[in-house]
Formats: sequence, structure tokens, C-alpha cells
Amino acid sequence: MSSSDMSQAEQPVASEPGRIPSKDQPANPSGEGSAYALELLDIKKAFGKSEIIRGAQLQVKAGERVAIIGPNGAGKSTLFNLISGRFGLSSGEIRLHGQRIDGKKPYEINRLGLSRSFQVSNLFTRLSVFENIRCAVLWSLGHRYSFWKFLADLTDANERAEEVLAMIKLDRRRDVLAMNLTYAEARALEIGITIAGGSSVILLDEPTAGMSKSETQRFIQLIREVTVGKTLLTVEHDMGVVFGLADKIAVLVYGEVIAFDVPDAVRADARVQEAYLGSVLAEAH
Amino acid sequence: MAATQFHFKPHNVGRWMVWGLYALILIVAPLIWTSSFSQTMLTQIGIGIIACLAYNILLGQGGMLSFGHAVYSGFGSFLAIHTLNLAVSGAWNIPVSLIPLIGGLAGLGVAAAFGYVSTKKAGTPFAMITLGLGELIWSMSLMLPEFFGGEGGVSSNRVIGQPFLGFLTFGPQIQVYYLIAVYCFICTVAMFALTRTPLGRMLNAVRDNPERVAFIGYDTQWVRYTAFMISGFFAGVAGGLAALNFEIVTAEVVGAARSGAYLLFTFLGGATFFFGPIIGAVLMVVALVLLSELTQAWLLYLGLIFVFMVMYAPGGIASLIMMNLRVAVYGKLRRLMASYLALAGTALTMLVGGGAMIEMLYHMQINAAMGPELQFIGVTLNTAGLDAWFGSVLVLLVGLALFELSRRQYALEWGVVQAEIEKEIKRREAL
Repeated sequence: MSSSDMSQAEQPVASEPGRIPSKDQPANPSGEGSAYALELLDIKKAFGKSEIIRGAQLQVKAGERVAIIGPNGAGKSTLFNLISGRFGLSSGEIRLHGQRIDGKKPYEINRLGLSRSFQVSNLFTRLSVFENIRCAVLWSLGHRYSFWKFLADLTDANERAEEVLAMIKLDRRRDVLAMNLTYAEARALEIGITIAGGSSVILLDEPTAGMSKSETQRFIQLIREVTVGKTLLTVEHDMGVVFGLADKIAVLVYGEVIAFDVPDAVRADARVQEAYLGSVLAEAH
Repeated sequence: MAATQFHFKPHNVGRWMVWGLYALILIVAPLIWTSSFSQTMLTQIGIGIIACLAYNILLGQGGMLSFGHAVYSGFGSFLAIHTLNLAVSGAWNIPVSLIPLIGGLAGLGVAAAFGYVSTKKAGTPFAMITLGLGELIWSMSLMLPEFFGGEGGVSSNRVIGQPFLGFLTFGPQIQVYYLIAVYCFICTVAMFALTRTPLGRMLNAVRDNPERVAFIGYDTQWVRYTAFMISGFFAGVAGGLAALNFEIVTAEVVGAARSGAYLLFTFLGGATFFFGPIIGAVLMVVALVLLSELTQAWLLYLGLIFVFMVMYAPGGIASLIMMNLRVAVYGKLRRLMASYLALAGTALTMLVGGGAMIEMLYHMQINAAMGPELQFIGVTLNTAGLDAWFGSVLVLLVGLALFELSRRQYALEWGVVQAEIEKEIKRREAL
């Protein structure tokens, strides 16, 4: 053990995000031979008689950052709920790295390497910030339901949790109960729980909702840092965030993806302009 | 990364001292209270501690409100007493000291079967299923007298075979006490250890937010189910010990009253802290044994205390202790002392007034044949005259008014003290 090992390990993690363990390296999609990290094939979802998602189609390559935009009620959050297994599909297929995940339970989908955040912070309120993160890393490190190991002895889980805490800059609030966090801190913890397990595909549902302009700027930077090398899908209203984060934009209108391309192409798309966005996009530019 | 950063304290001196003290209390308690009556109580306290801690794995740590936990301790009791009878008849040569483990396995088995159904749900549906299963077993206990012993129960004899090491026959109460004390200590350590494991922590996570748990890779139902089985095992051990202690098991042990007692006293002790149920178990035995000796209306008093605690101290006695400990650590407890004295004094006044009325009512209902007069804390009350009624109503109302006044004053002072402590914490953080 040399001192150089130590000093290297103690460097701020955020500057070296490549170290995050990933279940599937984006450059090397899983053995199924699919070039896409996530595919939505003609998915439909109806609640009773009202059809919310009507044959949405989307193919996201590994490592891409996609922003999903669309008017209120277009089904953006429903789409996330379908992908993450919270709701079942009415018809269609969802594939994660080529493997079908529709019909699977949320925890099964998560184990295959897909993780999501929530629009309203969804934390373990009576546990500390550190415990929140540690809970989120346990499964991916193989500790499962074990009751024969002490948490304090799980060096890998503890180190990973500290690492994530540093990444989301909550290390100073380590022992505060989640219910006592400020709004922005709770949002950061929400992201932390989402990325802690090292999933390769990350869904963020309006990560910056309710934040001030300056907070939003810092937050975009944070999201960029913690999702390096991952496939990222975000639902966003804030066009600043969309252009700040996304390689590609998917436009969802009335349950259908009417455009999916790089920002400039989407902005130029006549259908998009007509359907919904022309004015907003022009403003944002 | 440097290990010091993680605040690991594997050799935490304070913790060793607490456990040492706990063991010491278990060892010396029967040497201090030597009468056979108090030793009976201590024995039951030991059993109660295991049962309440087991129940709190569900209530406090898993957020599962079970109305039927006596089923698991009760099955432990029955299996243990049948095993003991097998040993008595010589059919199975099992040491008496291991029979509680048979009870534990019975609890585990029944919990594995019933828990599979009930833990599919959480919250209110879970509570309803446990209530239904409890009633089911209760009614079965009357239908299957071969197993449950019918009206008379199943009895046995724990003194069998040759004395172990020449003296250990488990005949004398004191020997049974120490057997139970050993089980109690080991079970407490084991259940505390559970709270420090991945499963224990995920159980807390499931309690706080089951939905999110599913999105970090865990099957919430499996977490609940596993915890339920572990809880059933320890409840079964408690039941097995009870069977050894009383040498008789009746259908009551699976009844709703027993389940209710676990819930009530675990709550009173404090479900939010690990040690809360230990306080609860002590209270349970004291209330069930002592209070019922003191007054016929003991269930009514118990109900009043329960309502009072739910309203004013939902964290139970353990949380009261911990909150005041925090105040004491910051050196501000002395300022609250006057308020505490006022609260205690006015509460006592209320209790005297209310108690006099309750006792008079009970006297009229139950002991009317013995004349209109009764003794209440050294005073003769005449239920036939107006004076006694008028007097006790007056004492109750005065007590109530003064209590409310001192409660408000106390709430104000408490708020000020808490604000000061928060400020102090912020100041220390900034350093």
C-alpha cells in the first residue's frame, strides 16, 4: 500500500465520474446484440377508456441523453411509469439492452440496470441521508436480504455510499434525517438514490421542478456529473434545462412521439412547430 | 478512502456498558426481589421482553400493525407443551432447556404460512388480515381440543429425567427464571443485531416508503415476509418459555386479548426505539399482575393511560426519555423541572378525583351488597351520599383545569428550550 494509492482514492469523486460501476458499459451493449439501451416499440396505455399513450415509439442508443418534452397531459410521466414498471402496458414492447422488460416488476427492472427518480421527492424520511444512499446501493452490491452481515462491515457499500454523498454534495449533511432536508437538498438526495445503484439507464422525472434559476444551473451541472457514461432520459418543462442537458429531444404529444432528433433538427421540424413548440423554442433560442 | 471517515465504532465502549448493565440487571434482579411472587413477575417480564421486542420488529421497524401476534407466540406455547409431554412420556429425549427453540420453530412455521398471505399487503389491509387470522385461530382453538386442550388447556411437568449437572431440574422457580433470563438476553442481542443488518435497514426503508424500495431493486413483500418470519420465530420462543414456566397452556394464549396486550404495551413502551418494548414488557407484567390486584377497574385505567399516551406522547415512554435526555445533555433539564412537578401534581389530582369516581361506580355495580361505603386511599367514601360524588367531581375538575394550564406553560417552555438547542447545534456545526 503506497501513499499514492491513498491520495488518488481521496480525490474528489466528481472529477472522476468514470469510476462509477456500471452494470452495462454503454460502449459495449449487453450480449443481446442490441445497439439500443432502451426501446419503446409501439406502446399503448389506456386508463379505462381514456388512452394516454397511443403507440409511442422511441429508440435510445446507449450513452445518449434524451429530454422528453411535450405539453401538459401529453403522457410524459405516464411514459416513465410504464418504462419503470410502475404501471403495466396495454400493448407494445419495452426493451432494455435488447431484453424485454414490459410486464416485469419495478424491482426486477431495476436489477436489470434501469433506475428512476420521482417528480415529488420520494425518500426514506426517517432515515439519515447516508442511510438513504446506503439502502440504494445494497442490492447492486449483492447484499440482498442478508441478516447475517452487519452493515458497518460492508466496506464496499459504505465506500460507495460515501462516494455518492460526495458526488451529490451532501456529505456535510450525512447524518441529517431525510425529512429535515431543504427542498434543493431533498432533490439532490432523490438523484443520489437514483444513481447510487450504478444503473446504466437513468430516468429523471422533472429533476429541477420547483427550483430557482441559480439552483437549476447548479443542478444541471450536478446531473451532468453523476450521469457521465450513462443513458439518460429526463422529462423537463424548462427549456434551459433541455438544451443544457440533452443530446436529443423527444417530443411527446397526445401519447405519441412526433419527433425525436438532435435539438436543432427538432426545432426546425415543421410538425413540432405546428403541433406545439414553435413559439417556445424560438423564445428559448 | 480512510476508514475513520465512516464513524465506525465496532468497539463502542458505551454500547458494551449498556449490554453489560442489561445482563447485570437480569442476573441480580431475582437476588434483590427474592419473594416467590416477585420472582414469578420477573420470569414473566423476561418472557414479555422477548414477545414485545419480536412484535416491534413488525410495528416499530417494519411499520406493520399486527392485531394477531399472539397466534405465533401461542403456537410456540402449544408446540412446546406438546413436546414437553413427549419428553415426559419418554417418546423423545429432548433437553427441557431446548424446548423453547421448538416453540420458536413453531412460531416460524406458522408465520411462514400466514405471513405469506398477510405480507402481500401493507398498511390497513395487512392489519385486517392479521385480525382475521387471529380470529380464525381463536375459533379453531375451540374446535380442535386435541391440540389446543379445550377448556382446560394442555398441562405438563417440566421436571423430567436426571438433573443436568446434578442440580438443574428446572423445578424451582429461580432455575426457570435464569433459563428465561439467558434466552431473554440472547434474543435481545439477536434482535438488536438484526437492526444493524441489510435486511433490518431495508425493513426501515419499507416502513418509510415502500414504493421507493421497489425502485432500488428490493421486493417489498419479501422484505416484509422475511421480517415477519423472524418476528414469528422470536414470538414462538417467548411462547415456548411461557409454556415451560406455567406448565399449562390454554387457548387464551392465541386470543385477541393477548395480541392486543402486545400492541398496547409495545406502543406504550415506545415503538420508535429499540429498547422501548423492553419498558413496555415491564409495564405489561406490572399492569397485568399488580394493577389487577390493586383495583377491579384496572382495564379502565389502562385504557385511559393508553388514550392519554396516544394523544400526548405518541412515541411512547422511550421517546419521552430520549427527548428529555437530549435536553439534559444540553444542560437545560433543570429549567423544565418546575413544569414537570406541576404536571405531575395536577395529573395526580386528576387521578385522585377520577379514580374516586371510578372506584365508587365499580363499588356500586359489583360490591353493592357490602354496603354503600368503600375505602379509597385511606378515605371513606359513601356512594349513597352526594358529598363524595360532589367532592370527587370537584377534585377532578380542578385537577383538569390546573393540568391544562401547566401543560400549556410547559409546552411554551419546551418550545423555547428546543429552539435554544437547535441554535446550539447550528452554532456547533458552523465551527
